[in-house]
Parts: sequence; C-alpha cells; structure tokens
Amino acid sequence: MSAVSMTVNGKAVTGDVEARTLLVQFLRENLRLTGTHVGCDTSQCGACVVHIDGIAAKACTTLALQCEGAKITTIEGLADPNGPLHPMQEAFRENHGLQCGFCTPGMIMAALDIVRRRGNDLDEHTIREQLDGNICRCTGYHNIVKAIAAGAKAMAKGGARQAAE
Amino acid sequence: MSATGIGASVRRKEDLRFITGKGQYTDDVIRPGETRAAFVRSPHAHAAIKSIDISTARTMPGVVAVLTGKELATDKIGNLICGWMIHSKDGTPMKMAPHPALAADKVCHVGDAVAVVVAESQAQARDAAEKVKVDYQVIPAVVDPAQAKSGPQIHDVAPKNTIYEWSLGDSKAVDAAFGAAKHITKLDIVNNRLAPNAIEPRVALAEYDSGTDQLTLWNTTQNPHVSRLVIAAFVGMAPEHKLRVIAPDVGGGFGSKIFIYPEEVVCLWAARKVGRPVKWTADRTEAFVSDAHGRDHVTRAELALDANGKMLAMRVKTVANLGAYMSTFSSSVPTYLYATLLSGQYDIPQIYCEVDAVYTNTVPVDAYRGAGRPEATFVVERLVEVAARQMGIDPADLRKRNFIKSFPHQTPVIMAYDAGDYNASLKRAFELADVKGFNKRKREAAREGKLRGLGYSTYIEACGIAPSQAVGSLGCGVGLWESAEVRVNPTGSVEVLTGSHAHGQGHETTFAQLVSERLGIPFENISIVHGDTDKVQFGMGTYGSRSGAVGMSAIVKALDKIEAKAKKVAAHMLEAAEGDIVFKDGKFTVAGTDKSAAWGDVSLNAYIAHKFTGQELEPGLKETSFYDPTNFTFPAGCHICEVEVDRETGKTEIVNWTAIDDFGTVVNPMIVEGQVHGGIAQGIGQALLESVIYDKDGHLVTGSLMDYSMPHAHDLPSFQVGLTETKSPSNPLGIKGCGEAGAIAAPAAVINAITDAIGTEELAMPATAQAVWSALQRGEPRQAA
Repeated sequence: MSAVSMTVNGKAVTGDVEARTLLVQFLRENLRLTGTHVGCDTSQCGACVVHIDGIAAKACTTLALQCEGAKITTIEGLADPNGPLHPMQEAFRENHGLQCGFCTPGMIMAALDIVRRRGNDLDEHTIREQLDGNICRCTGYHNIVKAIAAGAKAMAKGGARQAAE
Repeated sequence: MSATGIGASVRRKEDLRFITGKGQYTDDVIRPGETRAAFVRSPHAHAAIKSIDISTARTMPGVVAVLTGKELATDKIGNLICGWMIHSKDGTPMKMAPHPALAADKVCHVGDAVAVVVAESQAQARDAAEKVKVDYQVIPAVVDPAQAKSGPQIHDVAPKNTIYEWSLGDSKAVDAAFGAAKHITKLDIVNNRLAPNAIEPRVALAEYDSGTDQLTLWNTTQNPHVSRLVIAAFVGMAPEHKLRVIAPDVGGGFGSKIFIYPEEVVCLWAARKVGRPVKWTADRTEAFVSDAHGRDHVTRAELALDANGKMLAMRVKTVANLGAYMSTFSSSVPTYLYATLLSGQYDIPQIYCEVDAVYTNTVPVDAYRGAGRPEATFVVERLVEVAARQMGIDPADLRKRNFIKSFPHQTPVIMAYDAGDYNASLKRAFELADVKGFNKRKREAAREGKLRGLGYSTYIEACGIAPSQAVGSLGCGVGLWESAEVRVNPTGSVEVLTGSHAHGQGHETTFAQLVSERLGIPFENISIVHGDTDKVQFGMGTYGSRSGAVGMSAIVKALDKIEAKAKKVAAHMLEAAEGDIVFKDGKFTVAGTDKSAAWGDVSLNAYIAHKFTGQELEPGLKETSFYDPTNFTFPAGCHICEVEVDRETGKTEIVNWTAIDDFGTVVNPMIVEGQVHGGIAQGIGQALLESVIYDKDGHLVTGSLMDYSMPHAHDLPSFQVGLTETKSPSNPLGIKGCGEAGAIAAPAAVINAITDAIGTEELAMPATAQAVWSALQRGEPRQAA
C-alpha cells in the first residue's frame, strides 16, 4: 500500500492505496463519491469521466497514484449542494438529456471539456464528433446534443463559470 | 391541461439526483462488513467438469470462501427456471434443461459460472478466482442455430438440441392461398444477435440477518417482486416473506434486467454461508458472457399477393436460438411475442408460422427491447417492401392497399387489434419526410457520387402486456396485471406505491402527473415509491411497454377508490349527503351550494376522525388496486429512413429520420419523445453496427465495447418525431405504450432504405460499410416481377 494525496472537489484528501488501485475506485470506495460510474472498464463508455487538473480523463483507466498532487473534479463538485446547479447540469435537466442517469455524470463532465476546448458556440456536428468517448444507451443522443449546445451557451451567458476550475 | 397534468412536458423529478451524482445505483449501496464476489467462468463453450481444485485459491490473501456448484447442489439450491410453457405442435412440453446457478458437471457456454470466490476486496476476489483450477474435458460445440439440430447434444432432455417445434395458424389454408397467388415474394432473413448493454452492469448485493433469518438482495432488476417469487418458490433460497428484494436506481434495462440470473442466487446463498454481505459487480466482459442476449433468428419468409398487390397469405419458418439454457421468459419471445405480430398493419387473411427453438453453446437469449416484435416487424416490413419493388408498385401505395381500416380487427394469429389509424401516421410521416422531394434529392446526391435511398417501416406492436387470463392461456406462468397503492397523508401529500419499476422511463414524474391532475394537488406534493418488496406489496415490474397502460391504470383505479372514500369524509364534514359531494380541482363542494372543503382538510379529517364514528366510516385514506387490462394495446406508426451510401466505401449515412407514432394518450410528450429517440437508436444499432459474434468453437469474439460496436453520437442523426392519436379502448387512460416502438420500427426502415439505395436486396444486418460495399460489388440487378 502507498499513500496518495490529492485535492478532490476542493478538499485535500489522502488515502492508502494499492499500486493497482484505479482513480475511480479511490473516488467511489475510499471517498464514497459514487457519482462517478464504471460502465465498461476499457475506456469506451465514459461513465467514469472526471477532470484531472482541469482536463477530462477516464477514471477507470487512471491509477490513483498517478493523481498524486492533482486537482480532481467530479460530478459532485460541479455545484455547491446548497447553491444553484451548474448551467450544464441544468441544461441536461431542461432538455431531457438523461433517462436512466448512469452515463450522465460522465456525459456532463465530458461536455464541459468540449466547451473548454471548442468554446461556447457548438454546432450539432461538433458535439456529436466530440462525444466519441461517451456512450449512452437510453437517449439516442438527440437530447444530449441539445443539452450540451444549450449548456455551453448558458455558460457563456452566466459569466463563464468554467467547470474545470 | 394543467402545467403538471396529463399531456404536459413536465421536467423530471428524478433528474436532480442523477445530474448531481446523488443517484443510488446498486453498486453505490455499501453495507457494513461487505465482501466482494468474483466468479470463475468457463473459457470453453462446451466441456465436462472433471475436477475443481480450490486449494490454492482458498489460501490467497483476503479470501473468505471459495464455493462450487457441488456445494450449491449439496445445499439443495434449486435451478433457475423458464416461466412460460410452450408446447410443440405434437403436444409435448418444451424441453427445459436444468440450469444450476453454478455448473457442477458440465459447462454449456463461455462464461458459464462454475465457482465463486468471496474475499475482502474485489481485487483479492479476482486474484483468487484466477487460482481456481478447473479441469475441463472439452466437447465440440454448436453455435449457429441453423446447425443446432445436427450438432453435439448439449442437454440430455433435449434430443437434437430442440426445445420445441411450435406453430401458429392454418398451414393448409396458407398453402391453398399460395397456390392461387399471382406473385410470391421470398426472403431469407437473419435477425442478428445483440447484446443489450445497459451502461450500468448488473450488480447483486446480498445480506443475511441471522437474528431474524432474513435475506435482503439489492439488485439491478426491472421486476423485484418476480425476482423474489422465483428465488423463493423455485430456487428455494428462502420463504418469500423472509426475502426482501430492493431494486434501487437501475441504470437501464432494455429487457436484460427482467431475468433471474445465477449471480444473485449465488450471492444470496454465499451471504448466508459466510455470514457477511456479499456483493458482485459485473465488469463489461462479464456482461457480454452472462447478460441474456437478444434476437438471433434464422428465417425463411414468404408473402403471397394477387395481381393488384392484395396480400393473400404469409408463410414463415424461423429457427430461434435460445442459447445454452432457457432464460426466464425466453420461450415466449420467438412464439407469442413474435408470430402473433406477423400480420403487421395489414389485412392478411391467412398466416402460418413455424418456430423451432434450439439450444446452442452460447449465452442464453431472452427479451431485449421489443422482444419478438422487432423480429416480426423486420420480416413483415422487408417482405412488403421487396414485394412492392418486385411488383413495380410504390411501397407506400402497396402498404395503403393492404392496411387494416376498420376496428376491431381479428388477425389470423390471435391478436384482436382494437384501435388504430395506419393511414394517418403514414400520411403525416410522408409529409414530414418530404417524400415528394426525394427523387430530386436522389439526383442531387448522385451528382456527388452518393446513392440515396428511402425506406419505410409501418410497424405494429402488442404492448401493455396484458390480460392475465389471456397470457395464462398461452402458457405464461404468472399473471400480468399491475398493482398500485395510494397513500394520502394527513397533511394531504400523497405517496403512490407502484409495482412498476423505472430504470430510465421517468415514472416518478409521469405517475405524479396523473395524480396531480386527478386530485388537483401540487406535483411537488406527490412521491412515487417503487422497487422494494418490503414497501410495495406486489407488482409485475416493467417491460413490454406496460407501465403506462397497466401500471398507471392501476393508479387510476386506486384513485377512484380514494375519491369515493374522501367524498364520504367530506360529506360528514360538510353535513351533506355523500351523493351531493362534487370533487373538482382539489376541492369538495356540496352541489348547488358554496359549502366546500379543501383537499388538505378532508385528508386531515380522514385521519383525526372527529367528524364521524368509526362504525360509520373507517378512519384513514389509503387504497389499493390490482388492475388487469382487457386486451393488449397496439401502438403503431410509420418510420421513414433516408440514407446516403458512399459508393466507394459502402458507408451509410442516415440523413433523415421521420417517426410518426400512435401511442394513444401521451402523459408527458418530452419523455415519450425521449423513449422514441432511444428506441430508434437501438434499432439503428442493430441495422448498422451491432452484432454478437461467436467463432465456430463458441468463443465470443465481441466480448468488450472495443469489439462490439455500440451506436455513438456521431453514428446517429437527430430525429423528427411526431404523434398521431387513437386511444386504446383497453385501459381507462387510453394509453398504448411507447418504450419499444423505435427499436421495433427502425431496423426494417434502415435496411429498406439501404437496399433502395444500392439496388439489391441481398444485405444482412448489421449493414456495416464492408457489408454494403460487398453487396455493391456483387451488384446483381434487382429482379422485376
């Protein structure tokens, strides 16, 4: 076992992990942050997407020890529990961009990374291409695409509260 | 229509927890002292188990127990069962082979579980599972359903690997009609095997309380009560009242989480043996080798028509692959959920269908979104489209000539369609898809070197499954009603306990809309409770697009009783005759007066019981209903797919998708549209991308999402969807159901469009770029009639 320290959703955390412990296991089992999900183990589905130092990454194929000293943001860290939702979260609700909800945290975290890379004015084609790393089995993506376009716009209006702070 | 009543696109109650990461899926439930399970699974498709050596595994770090199929048998844990009896043509019952939760003597498919390791951590359990030494004697395997009858026999009870040879319809009348036909269209069809792939893998967490002798199972299931019933009554794990099944948030099901699987049985058994909670979480590859697959039919289909294109008869022969064991409802899928829909939207006087169900050395096959109806629709809609092309009749016109136009309509294959307007949905889809402008678009595409095609699918399905007497007469082992309990609290807020289960469908929202409309109370004051056998008395769960038609109807019936009781309370409060009380917009009024009582006052008075004696009226306000519908429902519609095929690469792009569906009453259009989108995506997945592939020895080639092609956002278009409406006369709300329509309609529309584009009918699903390119190279011209 090795000690690992990182900042998760603004809080300093430490833990003892095996060398093979994945970031997603550390988040889910050690920190009990169960909003980050595992859907495929092989980096295809994207249910496990979190932000590491502001950049989207798949927590199912990242070792916890690789994140020593890093700043991690998970779905739980996007909005203050007592405050308003992040515009991208709100856009998913408003546009019915989720059904079973299992892929949703990863979708939202990936969406924020698309905004970071491609800006707030996203066309349908760009969103569809950029979602290559995330799979949803419920929605047929139609409303996810709408939600991301709307969320990106709302983020620009709302004073650009960027996700991956 | 109120802002939160029936017909309003209310935003979903359930979303807040999901978008903030606060959902509680089974794997998120953590119990004190929890252990983790890892299964030892067969790497062979067919093998005898000579011996299992667990001595090394047992000594591995963190290991709590290593258990095998022999111990399972010693403890008299019963086999898994298939709950729908099908009889063969000769009257003999289907050949259900024993299906132990852990194989003791032989394994029948890659992934068949032979042992389980229970350890302190998942990693330790998996490490130790790798140290379990199983000595297998490999037996030749059979994979292809068409070869099953001549393959090595898998189960003693099933000679020629045949489960049943079933038929429906009048073969002599069909033969006679074919003899008199002017035109016959024949097609050989393979309906490709699919993996459901809900993004949440299956999970089971079992806990035993020795103080109360109580077992609890948290499980990714679509029907917790049926799960409890089977595990109690057939597997014999515990008496029904000593087993609690909880299905918390479930991350998609699509049918695959209906069934009772070996893993939950083993976790329950192991939890009692080791005296600690035992959790198993599937990884994706385990899902591929243990979740029931869907489809997998090989079919020869023929349609007979007269000179004017009037359909005379249909003849279908299907071999259905049910895999290595009979899953919970597998027998019903290629029979009563398939052959009964072969009439489509058409008036076909005679239909005869034979279905042979076979065992193969593959993962069991059972219901997957649509379950039998996508297979039927594909047969019907391909036959119709090809017949039209062969006869030189416009495909829309041929459909219109044969549409059923008056209702009720008795088909030759059991179903009595009760309402519909097939012309209306075709007409609207035709306009929305701008079919008139298609030839121009085709010419423009040709200038770019692209082949444009257009394909229809005018589908029908039987949903709201269905009257218990009817399904009982067809062999179903359970009744298919639904229950609801409406609890009004003293403060007037309402909890509805439903036997339906949501795993993405949004019942917490739509069911609350019904209550809000009916009682005239705020949407926020209503909670929907589901998925726990300790809370909900009994329920049949969610599948077959039944939760609206059957589940909500049960709520309507319970609300009727609530209103009747509340009127009695109001009558006492207002000192009026019960018959004079009018209930409207959440208020009880004495007819013809201004005397009234608000909903909250009546609720409170029902509980404080100060205005009536207990002899006159029982205190409290809680009612239950078990609702059994009068018929299936028959959602139907028209989907039109327009594609462009790249002549050089064979790559298909869907450039336009139009769906017009008749779901009867729509409670929440936003949610219904979402269901349609998702269904179409799965149907397009089947048509263009997805296929479970085994090699000839029964090894799974597509065992991860790296190998199995799931639809991505960039594989799909946005969809134009719309509704027509004829109400279902079979339930009080007029709902028909919407969950499966897209998956049923879409495959035929896609293949009809591609074959229209490339000019040959020889194209199997999935129509990958390679398959389309190859079809183009074969390039045989379409035969005229």
